[in-house]
Amino acid sequence: MSPPLARQASLCQGWQWEDGVRPREGCVKLSTIVEFDRVGLRYGTGAEVLRDLDFQLARGGFYFLTGPSGAGKTSLLKLLYLAQRPTRGRIRLFDEELADAERTAMPAFRRRIGVIYQDFRLIRHLSAFDNVALPLRIAGHDGVEVEGPVREMLAWVGLADRASARPPTLSGGEQQRLAIARAVIARPELLVADEPTGNVDAEMARRILHLLTALNRLGTTIVVATHDLSLIAATPEAHMLRLDNGAMVDPTGSLKNPPRSLKEQAG
Amino acid sequence: MIGFLAATPAERRLIPGGRLEGPTPYVIAIMMFVMVVIGAAGLALASSARLVAAGVDNRYSVEIADGAAKAARAQALLAASPGVTAVRAVSEDEMRRILQRWLGPTGAAADLPLPAIIDVDLSADAPVARIAADIERQVPGARFVAHKDSLGPVLGAVRALGWLALTLVVLIALATAAAVVLAARGTLDTHRSTIEVMHGIGATDDQVARLFQRKIALDALTGGTAGAVAAGVVLLLIAGGGSTWLADLTGGPLLSPRDILLLALLPLIGTILATVVARMAVLKALRASL
Repeated sequence: MSPPLARQASLCQGWQWEDGVRPREGCVKLSTIVEFDRVGLRYGTGAEVLRDLDFQLARGGFYFLTGPSGAGKTSLLKLLYLAQRPTRGRIRLFDEELADAERTAMPAFRRRIGVIYQDFRLIRHLSAFDNVALPLRIAGHDGVEVEGPVREMLAWVGLADRASARPPTLSGGEQQRLAIARAVIARPELLVADEPTGNVDAEMARRILHLLTALNRLGTTIVVATHDLSLIAATPEAHMLRLDNGAMVDPTGSLKNPPRSLKEQAG
Repeated sequence: MIGFLAATPAERRLIPGGRLEGPTPYVIAIMMFVMVVIGAAGLALASSARLVAAGVDNRYSVEIADGAAKAARAQALLAASPGVTAVRAVSEDEMRRILQRWLGPTGAAADLPLPAIIDVDLSADAPVARIAADIERQVPGARFVAHKDSLGPVLGAVRALGWLALTLVVLIALATAAAVVLAARGTLDTHRSTIEVMHGIGATDDQVARLFQRKIALDALTGGTAGAVAAGVVLLLIAGGGSTWLADLTGGPLLSPRDILLLALLPLIGTILATVVARMAVLKALRASL
């Protein structure tokens, strides 16, 4: 989210200026990209790992998802990137009701979502180039439609000279950037990242955050699950979603950007 | 029809491994070898039964126990009967040669009494019962015998063996299909992480299934062709060693060009079957995911 937009979001408390000039009364409801309505999730016959999730994410927003280990962050992300269906409640994504969507419609939804997995999930036997090209090829592109954008993307994440390297030969930071490149190559409307800086040093974390922020400025909605307080502190325009024991502690998504206490902790 | 076998280099890289990697092509080669050999045997048996049956369908013999004196009269009567297309008395030399095969030199002994045998070919609409009654009435001691009656049990057994061979081919095809299902599941398990990533990125079930069905199709085509070629060589060797007596026995070639074409098509049929089975197995497994 660009800084002016972030100010507007902060001032409007979930309402957004229609443009950067109009006064506060010109606030309009943010266009939502994700809407959770009393969503619950359980695995098999176990207890609910997520319950009564009721929130909206604004299109073009930057969100941090925090909470203690076991709070349900990864489960929530799985709902967002459609690896799970909720066991109750309803989810609207891209203005469409997921409960009504056929299984065959899922690929089309997923192509609008980029995912950065905590464990990268790069395909080990493919080169860096092929890993990044995969979303484009799955979307039906080939040849020059792939070559140019992939080279550009690899350069953007600083891996231009590692195009033919396979993931096992890359460092953790390089793999992380490769995973980011793959997640964003198809210009997703929603980018979901699970601990994207969990395996890298502070400098690399800063660079990754820079990449995510740049992408957000291009209009992509970003949701980052993280424990990294420095990451949150370095992104003042971001909203926070906080999970605790499977429930959203602050469902407005408009609170403290980031909360003062976290700023202080981050020092 | 086989367009799906063509893949871009990028698609081929997604599921790595050479064409002969893993046991699948070898299993399919062995199955195809057995299938072609048994199939050829079944077709040959069916063909033999057909040829023999066609040869004896309208052929009869008149046997006269007490010999040559009545043979000429019987031959004349037969030649004058309606519907008779050929009459041929089996010569004594020929009978003794046949007997020698069974009895050894004793069969050729001059003091061994021989019946008179006259082979008769009738047209399809000949009044068989009337001819038989006439000859048995006018030539005392004569017996009118239909060849198909004496060969009936043998032909029945040959036909049963043909059906058994066909059943075996079907069973082997089913076993091959089961092996392909296991191979497809094994390949799916091996590449599960790749599939999950592809699904997460937005690949459709069809896109994923195409990768696997292509791999299985290539395995089946390679293994099937190798197995069929090996079986062809073995069949040629067998046929080369015994074609004369087999052809003599049945009065014609055991495998028609149509039979050979059918056997040659087995690898292709097997490939299509394996591809369809693999696709169904993969799609079923994929549907279990979200």
